[in-house]
Amino acid sequence: MSSVYALLFIVATLVLVLGLARKIVQYSRIPAPLKIPTTPAPVTRTGVVLRMFREVVLFESLFKSTKWTWIFSWMFHMGLFLVLARHVRYFIDPVWLPIQLIQPFGKYAAFAMIVGLAGLLIRRIFVDRVRYISSPSDFLWLLLLLVIGLSGATMTFLVHTDVVAVKEFFTGFWTFSGGDLPMDPLLLVHLTLVAVLMLLLPFSKLLHIPGVFFSPTRNQVDNPREKRHLAEWARKLEES
Amino acid sequence: MAGAEFETPELTEFIEVPKLEEGTMEHITCFVAKPEHQEPLGFPGEKVENWKEVAIDKMGDLLSRYRSFQVFLDACVKCGSCTDKCHYYLGSKDPKNMPVGRQDLLRKVYRRYFTFAGKYFPKLVGAADLTDEVIDEWYSYFHQCSQCRRCSVFCPYGIDTAEISMAAREILDSIGVGQKYCNEIIGKVHKIGNNLGLPGPAIEDTLEGLEEDVWDEDEVAVKYPLDVKGADILLVTPSADFFAEPHVDGLIGYGKVFHEAGVSWTLSTKASEAGNFGMFIGSYENMRRVSLRIREAALELGVKRIVFGECGHAWRVAYSFLNTLAGPFDFLDPDYPVPQHICEFTLNEIEKGTLEFDKSENDDMSITFHDSCNVARATRMGDKPGGQFDIPREVIKAVVNNYHDMEWDTIHERTFCCGGGGGLLTDDLMEVRVKGAKPRMTAFKNVMEEKGVTHLAAICAICKSQFTKVFPYYGMDMFQIVSVHQLVSNAIVLNRKTPPEEAPGYGEDDDDE
Repeated sequence: MSSVYALLFIVATLVLVLGLARKIVQYSRIPAPLKIPTTPAPVTRTGVVLRMFREVVLFESLFKSTKWTWIFSWMFHMGLFLVLARHVRYFIDPVWLPIQLIQPFGKYAAFAMIVGLAGLLIRRIFVDRVRYISSPSDFLWLLLLLVIGLSGATMTFLVHTDVVAVKEFFTGFWTFSGGDLPMDPLLLVHLTLVAVLMLLLPFSKLLHIPGVFFSPTRNQVDNPREKRHLAEWARKLEES
Repeated sequence: MAGAEFETPELTEFIEVPKLEEGTMEHITCFVAKPEHQEPLGFPGEKVENWKEVAIDKMGDLLSRYRSFQVFLDACVKCGSCTDKCHYYLGSKDPKNMPVGRQDLLRKVYRRYFTFAGKYFPKLVGAADLTDEVIDEWYSYFHQCSQCRRCSVFCPYGIDTAEISMAAREILDSIGVGQKYCNEIIGKVHKIGNNLGLPGPAIEDTLEGLEEDVWDEDEVAVKYPLDVKGADILLVTPSADFFAEPHVDGLIGYGKVFHEAGVSWTLSTKASEAGNFGMFIGSYENMRRVSLRIREAALELGVKRIVFGECGHAWRVAYSFLNTLAGPFDFLDPDYPVPQHICEFTLNEIEKGTLEFDKSENDDMSITFHDSCNVARATRMGDKPGGQFDIPREVIKAVVNNYHDMEWDTIHERTFCCGGGGGLLTDDLMEVRVKGAKPRMTAFKNVMEEKGVTHLAAICAICKSQFTKVFPYYGMDMFQIVSVHQLVSNAIVLNRKTPPEEAPGYGEDDDDE
């Protein structure tokens, strides 16, 4: 059974990495032929980096829009970020200092993540406009993440699993020398759903993760009068 | 009146987010372009036989040429942030007028033909086949988007529905299902040089008329020159400025500012249109063709600078795209930005102290300013971000005594579209225009009641025409919309008097021919 999981995670990691890489290469190769930053926009590169930082870390635009969606999604994303960072300890030995330091925060961040997801799910069910635009997959993503979060938090706070064995499994994973995975149902649910998440991410709306960095309305410098912007295919029009 | 009967929405105290009501706007359709409107733009005259194949191919082509299109179709997480931001949704309650609702009409087809999930699990991810019904739906709802970009301000990924509706219109054009209003107009620009199809002599006649009007009123010979070689400044302005009200009062104002500033300037018959409807239909090629007329005119006339008159989408194409489409402008004076907005020019002169105003000339009005969407969210004026909000206001405040802004969440980058932008300014879309104007009308009515504002000033030809038409639906007077340079024109003191020999009619024979 452990080898099935080992294989599953090898495949999932490959799909995730290659799938994301494929999209990132695609996004970076497609030209943005026109200057379309949503203005007022920064007039320097540094300004754009700051704008992107505010967008990715603080969810600036969402904050301007609706406070409920903002608070729930910010709690979820920041919670997930800390939880993920905390999980690094299961893959490396010795554990880096920063990862050690966030350990207590990373544990309780699970609650922020779960509350955020629950809030988003409630919005999706009860706000008529959001319900209208939701397809089954939109609900399923929230449920998937909720179950991952709940199973993980349960193992952290209520029914502990054999974490030492789990760590042995994943640290040995890279060298195919990992020990056996504990056959704990909660753990298996948790890991299976994480693998599903990794497998589907590059084919789903979760592409907003790389997408936001390539969004021309957010990542372009507002300097069209000062600097001529010309895509390769547009240059060819000039030559013909 | 063209189009079916409909009810004008009732104005409420605040801009309310309505409960959605499906299908309220699905009957909307605008006149389809005829072959003679399609072909000069390089599009098939009628719906092609293998339209489905052509449409999918075109979508693939656009996905490979526009990063925005690809990223925006992938990145939406259906968070709902945009759902209450579109004026057409707020005014019509139709969920397909929510930005994401509109995008999904196209996204569902993208997913079906271009993504793994949509190919194998269409129901799960809301993917759908491209059918005749989908094409009809596209035609209806992508002509209910004014490409105002308000949604893009609030989207956590900056998804801009304008980009999606431009792409949709380009796909529709590529299969021969174009919109008559836009495509007929673009054809006129290609052929004659302006949206209205005014030939050179008609423009000349109008300008002479303006000179006479100013002379009659002020006894100063302000010139409105056309095709003058060697002038310093080429003024490119929307052709509506040549005859529509209140647009023409703005044009009179530009002339007075140039006169007092003591610069030489000219209009051009070849570039007698600032507007560029090529943007509305998402056609880079047509937008470029229209833009190149300005470059050619500037070269032929040998001007040193290009200044644009009051027009919203024109300023977007001018400010954001002109350098790309028709540059480089290395033959112009490098000391000035290319192009400049007339508000930038006027404010600069005000700051230099060349202009004198008698603000009391505008005391019969109390003014508020409508930020036109393309100016607000797709361009800049001056050096600093946000100059597009401050500069027109500073110009207004320099010439009027009574000024009040509308509610903060309806101006600046959050401004509400007039309801008529993006190629919708046609009588066959009157219902969309009236309903879409509701949020702006609400904010305007509130500032009228609370601050005693009487007039709405704008720097966009489309906004001006749209308000003239929709004000009466909401119980307001069509003359409550004014041009910013109309206010300038009212207040400016003409100190450069005319030597008698330059007065109109001096030394001329009685024979007018």
